[in-house]
Amino acid sequence: MTEHVATNETILVVGGGISGMTAALEAAETGKNVVLVEKTPALGGRTSQMYRYFPKLCHPVCGLEINLRRLKNNPRVRVVTLAEVSGIEGDVGNYTATIKVRPRYVNENCTACGDCGRAVETSVDDPFNYNLGQHKAAYLPNAMAYPQRYVLDPAIIGTADADRAKAACKYNAIDLDMKEETIQIKAGAVVWATGWKPYDAAKIQPYGYDRFENVITSVEFERLADIHGPTGGKILRPSDGKEAKNIAFIQCAGSRDENHLRHCSRICCMASLKQTHYVREAYPTDGKSTIYYIDIRAIDRFEDFYQKVQADPAVTFIKSKVAKITEDAQGNPVCHGVNTEGYKRYTTPHDLVVLAVGMEPSVKGINIPGHIVADSSGFIEADPANGAVFGAGCATNALDVNRAVQSATAAALRAIQVVNKVAKSEA
Amino acid sequence: MSANTAMADKYRNNFLKEIEEQVEMGDWVKMCMQCGVCSGSCPTNFQSAWEHPPQELFMMIRAGKREEVLTTTSMWNCTSCYNCIVRCPRKLPITHIMHGIAEYAHRLGVAPKMQPTRFFSGLFWKNATKTGRVNELKLSMGLYFKDGLVQGIKNGMAMQAVALGLVKAKRLNVMELFGGHKCKDQKGIQSMLKKAYEIERSRKAARMAG
Repeated sequence: MTEHVATNETILVVGGGISGMTAALEAAETGKNVVLVEKTPALGGRTSQMYRYFPKLCHPVCGLEINLRRLKNNPRVRVVTLAEVSGIEGDVGNYTATIKVRPRYVNENCTACGDCGRAVETSVDDPFNYNLGQHKAAYLPNAMAYPQRYVLDPAIIGTADADRAKAACKYNAIDLDMKEETIQIKAGAVVWATGWKPYDAAKIQPYGYDRFENVITSVEFERLADIHGPTGGKILRPSDGKEAKNIAFIQCAGSRDENHLRHCSRICCMASLKQTHYVREAYPTDGKSTIYYIDIRAIDRFEDFYQKVQADPAVTFIKSKVAKITEDAQGNPVCHGVNTEGYKRYTTPHDLVVLAVGMEPSVKGINIPGHIVADSSGFIEADPANGAVFGAGCATNALDVNRAVQSATAAALRAIQVVNKVAKSEA
Repeated sequence: MSANTAMADKYRNNFLKEIEEQVEMGDWVKMCMQCGVCSGSCPTNFQSAWEHPPQELFMMIRAGKREEVLTTTSMWNCTSCYNCIVRCPRKLPITHIMHGIAEYAHRLGVAPKMQPTRFFSGLFWKNATKTGRVNELKLSMGLYFKDGLVQGIKNGMAMQAVALGLVKAKRLNVMELFGGHKCKDQKGIQSMLKKAYEIERSRKAARMAG
């Protein structure tokens, strides 16, 4: 990774998840210079937090590894982590972005040996595991983090822990004097790939996500199933660590709801169908999944995936949106509602309830510099008024990984056309 | 009523359209996506009292089950708690639609006569508009004797302790049985109501005529 000077022939990619990485690589592999800006300390985004992908149930490690290899081999992509765009000025072919870069307190000398992590005593919430667990305040963001470098949590800066970390480092990699910097980067075109965030489940008041420990979200469930997760891949419920064998999945938790997200988040049905496989895998003989749904939207060619799950005797489908969740004396979440097939009331206890939360665009509510046109859900629209700022991936729509990659490639192509015009190599 | 029935006949094959045109907020019925949150959120145990929960009623309307919908007691059981409106993902004004359907069934004269909510509504209205003041004693007596003299006496006996308590606390005046309190300008109230009826009649006639 060489440092190159950004010019108005550079493409700025905001967001280092699967979409941003793809857009950056596609553009760089055609010979364009790219600056890839990522808010967290490592690339990979929410994709890296998945246990498995649908439909083939392969691990995201695989797809990310290919991209990371392309990235390491490509001198045209400059990656800036812990960085957020705070302003963009200018016009098509001539933008200047102001970027705030937070200190990592660890420089390039780091070999990821882990001595600092062992020396530090403080633990902080681990956002990679959606705060289900904690990690040391000197940490590697995740097992396959890129850049493969430790980070010091700002909470320990100025404490004895920071000095312990510094003393433990054999490579002189810890620099406690790093300060927040503001840099400016020129670009001809911008790809906005800031992705999505899980809808705040606590806002769905009747489901009690904020009151009941055993009501969790689908993204948290991914971490429970993952061997790198807080439970080491065992599906245990948060309240008492009991094996969660009878699991309810609630669809449209936040999505398709005028009170929450008005759009269909598109991936949640497939995600829950996929997660029933985790239950079966963890408890082959007595694992039970119950899917509460309005209608199953197995997008694209995935109807066969749905049919296979339907044929599984360990999975029950109940056509009903759960009206409310309560908790019984044993700490079991109890689903209340009416089954629309037969209009019968049910009151069913489960070990664990997983809310298939919707996708909220990360750009919603934040002011993207440069007057970006967004739809009523906050997703970036393809609009000429956006100039050469192109949305990619989940910043533009609720997409699965496959579609996010397609969207990112399209955005890269649009950005390439702009910088070609700047370079006068295209009319 | 015959004009109403004739007009309704015209639409008999398209009950959804009829509901949309005749029922207050009826044009929302088509927006229901059958998720079931309304009935799941209903505080009444509709399984014993409601024949059909709200989302089933909406589906029946769309399926053209005119007779079943208009003659059911279901929508009369709505307590107007508004839980369903608050939670409906499509923002259907379900409470209002329930009252709208009930009112339409009443207008057509097909609503179940002795359904307690309907009976009480009629009783309350007569009671309140007669003198311009609600006579609570006559109102509750009317409700007690809804199902005949014997049942009425039984109801009265069952509520005896409550009634005595109310009398002691001066919340109930036995003398109300003879005349009762009135508002000052009863004639004014009557003429206001007469005018209101007129306006409503002409508006509904216009709506019935399409």
